[in-house]
Amino acid sequence: MAVALKPDRVAQRAGAISLRAVRKVYDPGRLDVVAVDGWTLDVASGEFLAVVGPSGCGKTTLLNGIAGFDPITGGEILLDGETIASPGGSARPSADRVVVFQNGALFPWKTVVENVAYGPIVQRRLSRPLALDEARSLLQRVGLGEVADAYPSRLSSGVQRRVEMVRALINDPKVLLLDEPFRALDAIAKSVMHEELLKLYDATKKTIFFITHDLDEAILLADRVVVSTTRPARVKHILAIDLPRPRSYRMMASAAFLDLKRSVADAVHEEAEKAFRRGERELA
Amino acid sequence: MNVEAAPSPAGLRARNRTRPVPGREVASAAALRGSAGIATFLALWQLGVVLHLPLLAKIPTPADVAAAWLSLLRDPRYYLDWLVSFRRVFGGFVIAQALGIPLGLLMGWKAAFRSLTFPVFEVLRPIPPLAWVPLSILFWPTPESSITFVIFLGAFFTVLINTLAGVRAIDERYVRAAISLGATPAIVFRRIILPGALPSIFTGMAVGMGITWSVLVAAEIIAGRSGLGYLTWEAYVAGSFPTIVVGMISIGLAGYLSSALVRIVAARAMPWSKRF
Repeated sequence: MAVALKPDRVAQRAGAISLRAVRKVYDPGRLDVVAVDGWTLDVASGEFLAVVGPSGCGKTTLLNGIAGFDPITGGEILLDGETIASPGGSARPSADRVVVFQNGALFPWKTVVENVAYGPIVQRRLSRPLALDEARSLLQRVGLGEVADAYPSRLSSGVQRRVEMVRALINDPKVLLLDEPFRALDAIAKSVMHEELLKLYDATKKTIFFITHDLDEAILLADRVVVSTTRPARVKHILAIDLPRPRSYRMMASAAFLDLKRSVADAVHEEAEKAFRRGERELA
Repeated sequence: MNVEAAPSPAGLRARNRTRPVPGREVASAAALRGSAGIATFLALWQLGVVLHLPLLAKIPTPADVAAAWLSLLRDPRYYLDWLVSFRRVFGGFVIAQALGIPLGLLMGWKAAFRSLTFPVFEVLRPIPPLAWVPLSILFWPTPESSITFVIFLGAFFTVLINTLAGVRAIDERYVRAAISLGATPAIVFRRIILPGALPSIFTGMAVGMGITWSVLVAAEIIAGRSGLGYLTWEAYVAGSFPTIVVGMISIGLAGYLSSALVRIVAARAMPWSKRF
């Protein structure tokens, strides 16, 4: 089952996400907080899509809807043509769309290799010894063999996040849902993690749904960048990123990168300012 | 374990092996300071009694206490007192864990069960264990079972509340990550809720262990015919002051040993945690 990082397995393309007028209202009928309002968007199989928006704008709510953590209150979400979320339908998380969380969610009571082997074991896809072997060899292939037997608390946040991505990829998911995975990292670790993620993406060509409030990060990583309005989250602008792959951090200084950034910077800034103003009012 | 063939992990392990040494130095320095503290305490005590400082006049000196202790060490009944007290404490303590941990887990996991049971426990919990003594003497057939019951109460509520709090404090991210990786609710309970609550459960056990010893002494004075608490009380009745102090120190040692045992078990059960 040494599958996760082999590109040949990618031949059978899967992982196309369709959002159809997706809407999420918290506390309907009383407070009526609209978090996500009318998202219609197609993410192609193998596409790297980044959503940029201010903190608290509702983009995590959208991701939770795709992940199946929270039910949506309007519209429909499809994965490869199958409905995975709709109002009234039961939201069900599944290992075909694994989430990597903002602050990391490695289980502190398990070693790195036990964390990585967790998915195959609980899905009863592999026996425990086989899953541990598979996890260990996968860790070695991505250069994390040394930390396989360490507990997560001993590792830096950057390494923790890399392990968490391996833990997701060992399940050979159709989609990776990344919820601001590098938010807690310092700028240098972040830049290294970008290179890591780009390598992983080039090797696996998984569909990636990536959420961030960092425009530079979004442009560097993604095929398309969706600028979200602040709450309620609506699609404000979609920008196709035509930078060639493989990409590297050096591109962030290129004219093409800066042109792309210039074309959406105003849109992003406008929403950030709106969110900031509203934050002030709420505090006052 | 093909990692062992690689050179760099071996280097990592070598670093790990050298790491405990400075830790041990720190530990032995702390032990040295601890012994110095105890010696100073004993010296001040002896000095206070010899100089007839107010309130200390009737207190036996450390030397008297040591002499009384030596003679007790030749008495087989003294060891029996230790044994009896430990049996009572651990009997009540183990039953408290066996009931308190599962109940706490269930209350933390199922909101409906929590709202059903929590009010009952919240009313019973503030009742001091010793307030249960009269009722439990009436209720239980033997003094022994009533003592065990009161000790059980001392540990039960502490471990229950700590287990419940531990489950409720588990970060939702871990549960979501597990579900996202394909875990069923039963697996989430066993592999996420249980280990996630362990640090809090052991905190409850450590606190509960302390409570059981204070409850034990009082219960033995009221209802016992043996044990370290009874030994202390009997010495008071007989007017043998040094033996009172021996009894007290014995209880202190017994409590310390019990807490150390909880800490050792906790460290074994949670190799990932540095809290114990």
